[in-house]
Amino acid sequence: MDYGPSERPAGAAPLPTAIKILIAGGFGVGKTTMVGAVSETRPLRTEEVLTETGVGIDDLSGVEGKTTTTVAMDFGRITISEDLVLYLFGTPGQDRFWFVWDELALGALGAVVLADTRRLADCFPSIDYFEGRGTPFVVAVNCFEGARRYRLDEVQAALNLDPGVPVLLCDARQRESSKEVLITLMEHAMKVRESRRRAGG
Amino acid sequence: MEEQWVDDYAGPVVRPYAVTRGRARPVTGTFDLISLVTATRAEVSPEVGLGPEHLAIVALCQRIQSVAEVAAHLDLPVGTIRVLLGDLMARDLVQVREPRVTAGLPDESIFEAVINGLRAL
Repeated sequence: MDYGPSERPAGAAPLPTAIKILIAGGFGVGKTTMVGAVSETRPLRTEEVLTETGVGIDDLSGVEGKTTTTVAMDFGRITISEDLVLYLFGTPGQDRFWFVWDELALGALGAVVLADTRRLADCFPSIDYFEGRGTPFVVAVNCFEGARRYRLDEVQAALNLDPGVPVLLCDARQRESSKEVLITLMEHAMKVRESRRRAGG
Repeated sequence: MEEQWVDDYAGPVVRPYAVTRGRARPVTGTFDLISLVTATRAEVSPEVGLGPEHLAIVALCQRIQSVAEVAAHLDLPVGTIRVLLGDLMARDLVQVREPRVTAGLPDESIFEAVINGLRAL
Protein backbone atom coordinates (compact mmCIF):
# COMPACT_ATOMS: atom_id res chain seq x y z
CA MET A 1 0.00 0.00 0.00
CA ASP A 2 2.41 2.64 -1.17
CA TYR A 3 0.35 5.71 -1.83
CA GLY A 4 2.27 8.93 -2.26
CA PRO A 5 0.95 12.00 -0.48
CA SER A 6 -0.39 13.44 -3.72
CA GLU A 7 -2.42 10.33 -4.43
CA ARG A 8 -4.48 10.35 -1.25
CA PRO A 9 -6.64 13.04 0.28
CA ALA A 10 -4.81 14.66 3.18
CA GLY A 11 -5.16 12.69 6.39
CA ALA A 12 -6.94 9.74 4.78
CA ALA A 13 -6.01 6.30 6.02
CA PRO A 14 -4.67 3.79 3.49
CA LEU A 15 -7.27 1.54 1.92
CA PRO A 16 -7.64 -1.81 3.68
CA THR A 17 -6.80 -5.14 2.07
CA ALA A 18 -9.71 -7.33 0.95
CA ILE A 19 -9.64 -11.10 1.35
CA LYS A 20 -12.24 -13.75 0.63
CA ILE A 21 -13.57 -17.12 1.67
CA LEU A 22 -15.87 -19.17 -0.56
CA ILE A 23 -19.01 -21.00 0.55
CA ALA A 24 -19.75 -23.81 -1.91
CA GLY A 25 -22.11 -26.77 -2.15
CA GLY A 26 -25.19 -27.92 -3.99
CA PHE A 27 -28.33 -25.94 -4.73
CA GLY A 28 -30.44 -25.21 -1.64
CA VAL A 29 -27.84 -26.44 0.83
CA GLY A 30 -27.73 -23.14 2.74
CA LYS A 31 -24.86 -21.18 1.20
CA THR A 32 -26.62 -17.81 1.32
CA THR A 33 -28.01 -18.65 4.75
CA MET A 34 -24.48 -19.13 6.08
CA VAL A 35 -23.27 -15.93 4.40
CA GLY A 36 -26.15 -14.07 6.05
CA ALA A 37 -25.54 -15.64 9.46
CA VAL A 38 -22.07 -14.08 9.80
CA SER A 39 -22.15 -11.07 7.47
CA GLU A 40 -22.38 -7.58 8.98
CA THR A 41 -24.77 -6.63 6.19
CA ARG A 42 -27.65 -8.57 4.70
CA PRO A 43 -26.36 -10.80 1.87
CA LEU A 44 -25.95 -8.84 -1.35
CA ARG A 45 -26.31 -10.26 -4.84
CA THR A 46 -24.08 -9.54 -7.79
CA GLU A 47 -24.49 -10.74 -11.35
CA GLU A 48 -22.13 -11.44 -14.20
CA VAL A 49 -23.56 -11.40 -17.71
CA LEU A 50 -22.21 -14.14 -19.91
CA THR A 51 -22.47 -14.43 -23.64
CA GLU A 52 -21.90 -17.57 -25.64
CA THR A 53 -18.75 -16.01 -27.02
CA GLY A 54 -17.55 -15.87 -23.45
CA VAL A 55 -14.88 -13.64 -22.02
CA GLY A 56 -12.34 -11.91 -24.20
CA ILE A 57 -14.57 -9.80 -26.37
CA ASP A 58 -14.20 -6.04 -26.43
CA ASP A 59 -17.41 -4.83 -27.96
CA LEU A 60 -20.89 -6.21 -27.57
CA SER A 61 -22.44 -4.40 -30.53
CA GLY A 62 -24.28 -6.95 -32.58
CA VAL A 63 -24.49 -9.66 -29.95
CA GLU A 64 -28.17 -9.03 -29.36
CA GLY A 65 -29.17 -12.28 -30.98
CA LYS A 66 -26.64 -14.42 -29.14
CA THR A 67 -27.51 -16.48 -26.14
CA THR A 68 -26.85 -14.67 -22.91
CA THR A 69 -27.24 -15.71 -19.35
CA THR A 70 -26.37 -14.35 -15.95
CA VAL A 71 -24.61 -15.95 -13.03
CA ALA A 72 -25.69 -14.69 -9.63
CA MET A 73 -23.46 -14.73 -6.58
CA ASP A 74 -24.55 -13.88 -3.07
CA PHE A 75 -21.97 -12.42 -0.77
CA GLY A 76 -21.46 -10.78 2.59
CA ARG A 77 -18.81 -8.75 4.38
CA ILE A 78 -17.06 -8.87 7.73
CA THR A 79 -14.78 -6.00 8.71
CA ILE A 80 -11.95 -7.78 10.52
CA SER A 81 -9.91 -4.68 11.33
CA GLU A 82 -9.04 -1.26 9.90
CA ASP A 83 -6.66 -2.98 7.50
CA LEU A 84 -8.59 -6.11 6.62
CA VAL A 85 -12.04 -6.72 5.12
CA LEU A 86 -13.26 -10.27 4.64
CA TYR A 87 -15.78 -11.13 1.93
CA LEU A 88 -17.76 -14.37 1.90
CA PHE A 89 -18.93 -15.51 -1.52
CA GLY A 90 -21.55 -18.15 -2.13
CA THR A 91 -20.41 -19.90 -5.31
CA PRO A 92 -22.86 -20.25 -8.19
CA GLY A 93 -24.26 -23.75 -8.11
CA GLN A 94 -24.29 -24.65 -11.78
CA ASP A 95 -21.33 -26.67 -12.95
CA ARG A 96 -21.15 -24.87 -16.28
CA PHE A 97 -19.98 -21.72 -14.54
CA TRP A 98 -16.56 -23.07 -13.61
CA PHE A 99 -14.77 -20.08 -15.06
CA VAL A 100 -16.58 -17.86 -12.59
CA TRP A 101 -15.28 -20.19 -9.89
CA ASP A 102 -11.77 -19.70 -11.21
CA GLU A 103 -12.08 -15.97 -10.68
CA LEU A 104 -13.59 -16.49 -7.24
CA ALA A 105 -11.03 -19.07 -6.13
CA LEU A 106 -8.01 -17.00 -7.16
CA GLY A 107 -6.49 -15.66 -3.95
CA ALA A 108 -9.20 -17.17 -1.70
CA LEU A 109 -8.05 -18.08 1.81
CA GLY A 110 -10.12 -21.22 1.70
CA ALA A 111 -13.55 -22.69 1.10
CA VAL A 112 -16.41 -24.17 3.08
CA VAL A 113 -18.17 -27.02 1.28
CA LEU A 114 -21.68 -27.26 2.69
CA ALA A 115 -23.20 -30.73 2.53
CA ASP A 116 -26.70 -32.11 3.02
CA THR A 117 -26.62 -35.80 3.97
CA ARG A 118 -29.87 -36.39 2.03
CA ARG A 119 -28.12 -35.27 -1.18
CA LEU A 120 -24.48 -35.88 -0.43
CA ALA A 121 -23.49 -36.24 -4.10
CA ASP A 122 -24.42 -32.59 -4.69
CA CYS A 123 -21.19 -31.49 -3.03
CA PHE A 124 -18.88 -33.81 -5.04
CA PRO A 125 -18.17 -31.24 -7.79
CA SER A 126 -17.15 -28.63 -5.20
CA ILE A 127 -14.84 -31.06 -3.42
CA ASP A 128 -13.27 -32.17 -6.72
CA TYR A 129 -12.76 -28.56 -7.69
CA PHE A 130 -11.02 -27.46 -4.49
CA GLU A 131 -8.94 -30.64 -4.28
CA GLY A 132 -7.79 -30.15 -7.87
CA ARG A 133 -6.98 -26.53 -7.28
CA GLY A 134 -5.27 -26.98 -3.93
CA THR A 135 -7.63 -24.58 -2.15
CA PRO A 136 -7.85 -25.49 1.56
CA PHE A 137 -11.40 -26.52 2.43
CA VAL A 138 -13.55 -28.02 5.19
CA VAL A 139 -16.80 -29.94 4.79
CA ALA A 140 -19.64 -28.63 6.97
CA VAL A 141 -22.69 -30.88 7.19
CA ASN A 142 -25.70 -28.59 7.49
CA CYS A 143 -28.11 -30.23 9.92
CA PHE A 144 -31.50 -30.02 8.28
CA GLU A 145 -34.59 -31.01 10.22
CA GLY A 146 -35.68 -34.52 9.34
CA ALA A 147 -32.33 -35.55 7.86
CA ARG A 148 -30.90 -38.76 9.24
CA ARG A 149 -27.85 -38.07 11.36
CA TYR A 150 -24.68 -39.74 10.20
CA ARG A 151 -21.47 -39.96 12.12
CA LEU A 152 -18.80 -37.60 10.84
CA ASP A 153 -16.45 -40.47 10.00
CA GLU A 154 -19.23 -42.00 7.88
CA VAL A 155 -19.54 -38.75 5.94
CA GLN A 156 -15.77 -38.53 5.60
CA ALA A 157 -15.64 -42.08 4.22
CA ALA A 158 -18.60 -41.51 1.89
CA LEU A 159 -16.90 -38.43 0.44
CA ASN A 160 -13.56 -40.25 0.19
CA LEU A 161 -11.85 -37.28 1.79
CA ASP A 162 -8.21 -36.96 2.64
CA PRO A 163 -8.00 -37.74 6.38
CA GLY A 164 -6.64 -34.24 7.07
CA VAL A 165 -9.76 -32.49 5.76
CA PRO A 166 -11.96 -31.41 8.70
CA VAL A 167 -15.60 -32.52 8.61
CA LEU A 168 -17.97 -30.90 11.07
CA LEU A 169 -21.66 -30.49 11.77
CA CYS A 170 -23.19 -27.05 11.59
CA ASP A 171 -26.41 -25.11 11.57
CA ALA A 172 -25.95 -22.54 8.81
CA ARG A 173 -28.72 -20.39 10.29
CA GLN A 174 -26.77 -19.87 13.50
CA ARG A 175 -24.08 -17.23 13.75
CA GLU A 176 -22.03 -19.07 16.38
CA SER A 177 -22.14 -22.33 14.45
CA SER A 178 -21.17 -20.64 11.17
CA LYS A 179 -18.37 -18.72 12.92
CA GLU A 180 -17.04 -22.03 14.24
CA VAL A 181 -16.98 -23.45 10.70
CA LEU A 182 -15.02 -20.45 9.42
CA ILE A 183 -12.56 -20.59 12.32
CA THR A 184 -12.01 -24.32 11.71
CA LEU A 185 -11.37 -23.52 8.05
CA MET A 186 -8.81 -20.84 8.89
CA GLU A 187 -7.00 -23.15 11.32
CA HIS A 188 -6.96 -25.88 8.68
CA ALA A 189 -5.66 -23.47 6.02
CA MET A 190 -2.81 -22.46 8.34
CA LYS A 191 -1.85 -26.13 8.71
CA VAL A 192 -1.99 -26.64 4.95
CA ARG A 193 0.19 -23.59 4.46
CA GLU A 194 2.70 -24.83 7.03
CA SER A 195 2.93 -28.32 5.50
CA ARG A 196 3.41 -26.84 2.02
CA ARG A 197 6.12 -24.56 3.37
CA ARG A 198 7.93 -27.56 4.86
CA ALA A 199 7.50 -29.63 1.70
CA GLY A 200 8.88 -26.76 -0.33
CA GLY A 201 12.03 -26.70 1.83
CA MET B 1 -37.99 -15.81 -40.72
CA GLU B 2 -35.83 -13.46 -38.76
CA GLU B 3 -35.48 -14.42 -35.15
CA GLN B 4 -36.91 -11.93 -32.71
CA TRP B 5 -34.14 -10.85 -30.37
CA VAL B 6 -36.05 -8.47 -28.13
CA ASP B 7 -37.58 -11.33 -26.22
CA ASP B 8 -38.02 -11.93 -22.50
CA TYR B 9 -34.29 -12.35 -22.13
CA ALA B 10 -33.26 -9.13 -23.78
CA GLY B 11 -34.33 -6.74 -21.02
CA PRO B 12 -31.64 -7.34 -18.43
CA VAL B 13 -29.00 -7.70 -21.13
CA VAL B 14 -29.58 -4.60 -23.23
CA ARG B 15 -29.70 -2.01 -20.47
CA PRO B 16 -26.31 -2.70 -18.86
CA TYR B 17 -24.51 -2.23 -22.17
CA ALA B 18 -26.55 0.84 -22.99
CA VAL B 19 -25.14 2.26 -19.76
CA THR B 20 -21.60 1.63 -21.05
CA ARG B 21 -22.52 2.68 -24.61
CA GLY B 22 -21.75 -0.81 -25.87
CA ARG B 23 -18.35 -1.18 -24.26
CA ALA B 24 -17.55 -4.49 -22.58
CA ARG B 25 -14.07 -3.60 -21.30
CA PRO B 26 -12.88 -0.79 -19.04
CA VAL B 27 -10.47 1.78 -20.51
CA THR B 28 -8.13 1.13 -17.61
CA GLY B 29 -7.83 -1.20 -14.62
CA THR B 30 -8.81 -4.83 -14.07
CA PHE B 31 -11.16 -4.65 -11.07
CA ASP B 32 -11.35 -7.90 -9.16
CA LEU B 33 -14.68 -8.56 -7.42
CA ILE B 34 -13.05 -7.63 -4.12
CA SER B 35 -10.95 -4.71 -5.34
CA LEU B 36 -11.75 -1.88 -2.95
CA VAL B 37 -12.92 1.43 -4.35
CA THR B 38 -13.03 4.84 -2.73
CA ALA B 39 -14.01 8.19 -4.22
CA THR B 40 -11.34 10.87 -4.34
CA ARG B 41 -13.84 13.73 -4.11
CA ALA B 42 -16.91 14.41 -2.01
CA GLU B 43 -18.97 15.04 -5.12
CA VAL B 44 -18.64 15.33 -8.86
CA SER B 45 -20.66 17.64 -11.04
CA PRO B 46 -22.11 16.21 -14.25
CA GLU B 47 -19.73 16.54 -17.18
CA VAL B 48 -19.45 15.18 -20.70
CA GLY B 49 -18.82 11.45 -20.66
CA LEU B 50 -20.22 10.88 -17.17
CA GLY B 51 -23.69 9.42 -16.81
CA PRO B 52 -25.92 9.18 -13.76
CA GLU B 53 -24.43 5.75 -12.96
CA HIS B 54 -20.93 7.25 -12.76
CA LEU B 55 -22.18 9.88 -10.31
CA ALA B 56 -24.01 7.22 -8.31
CA ILE B 57 -20.75 5.26 -7.95
CA VAL B 58 -18.89 8.33 -6.69
CA ALA B 59 -21.68 8.97 -4.17
CA LEU B 60 -21.66 5.32 -3.03
CA CYS B 61 -17.87 5.18 -2.74
CA GLN B 62 -17.65 7.96 -0.19
CA ARG B 63 -17.37 4.87 2.01
CA ILE B 64 -14.99 2.14 0.86
CA GLN B 65 -16.81 -0.50 -1.21
CA SER B 66 -15.73 -3.58 -3.11
CA VAL B 67 -16.47 -3.85 -6.82
CA ALA B 68 -19.02 -6.57 -5.96
CA GLU B 69 -20.77 -4.24 -3.50
CA VAL B 70 -20.89 -1.40 -6.04
CA ALA B 71 -22.49 -3.77 -8.56
CA ALA B 72 -25.01 -5.05 -6.02
CA HIS B 73 -26.04 -1.57 -4.83
CA LEU B 74 -26.40 -0.19 -8.37
CA ASP B 75 -28.15 -3.39 -9.47
CA LEU B 76 -25.94 -3.69 -12.55
CA PRO B 77 -23.79 -6.62 -13.74
CA VAL B 78 -20.17 -6.64 -12.60
CA GLY B 79 -18.92 -6.29 -16.19
CA THR B 80 -20.83 -3.02 -16.56
CA ILE B 81 -19.52 -1.71 -13.25
CA ARG B 82 -15.93 -2.49 -14.35
CA VAL B 83 -16.37 -0.31 -17.44
CA LEU B 84 -17.83 2.56 -15.40
CA LEU B 85 -15.06 2.28 -12.80
CA GLY B 86 -12.47 2.40 -15.59
CA ASP B 87 -13.96 5.71 -16.77
CA LEU B 88 -13.84 7.09 -13.22
CA MET B 89 -10.29 5.86 -12.63
CA ALA B 90 -9.11 7.47 -15.88
CA ARG B 91 -10.43 10.79 -14.51
CA ASP B 92 -8.90 10.20 -11.05
CA LEU B 93 -12.35 10.29 -9.51
CA VAL B 94 -11.89 6.97 -7.71
CA GLN B 95 -8.96 5.14 -6.23
CA VAL B 96 -8.76 1.35 -6.31
CA ARG B 97 -6.90 -1.09 -4.12
CA GLU B 98 -6.44 -4.44 -5.86
CA PRO B 99 -6.45 -7.51 -3.61
CA ARG B 100 -3.54 -9.85 -3.24
CA VAL B 101 -3.59 -11.90 -6.44
CA THR B 102 -0.91 -14.50 -5.83
CA ALA B 103 -2.15 -18.06 -6.15
CA GLY B 104 -0.47 -19.25 -2.92
CA LEU B 105 -1.73 -18.84 0.62
CA PRO B 106 -0.96 -15.57 2.43
CA ASP B 107 1.03 -14.95 5.59
CA GLU B 108 0.13 -16.67 8.81
CA SER B 109 -0.60 -13.23 10.26
CA ILE B 110 -3.58 -12.82 7.90
CA PHE B 111 -5.12 -16.11 9.10
CA GLU B 112 -4.51 -15.17 12.73
CA ALA B 113 -6.15 -11.79 12.21
CA VAL B 114 -9.19 -13.43 10.59
CA ILE B 115 -9.52 -15.99 13.40
CA ASN B 116 -9.32 -13.26 16.05
CA GLY B 117 -11.76 -11.10 14.10
CA LEU B 118 -14.27 -13.97 13.80
CA ARG B 119 -14.00 -14.82 17.51
CA ALA B 120 -14.72 -11.18 18.34
CA LEU B 121 -17.91 -11.09 16.24
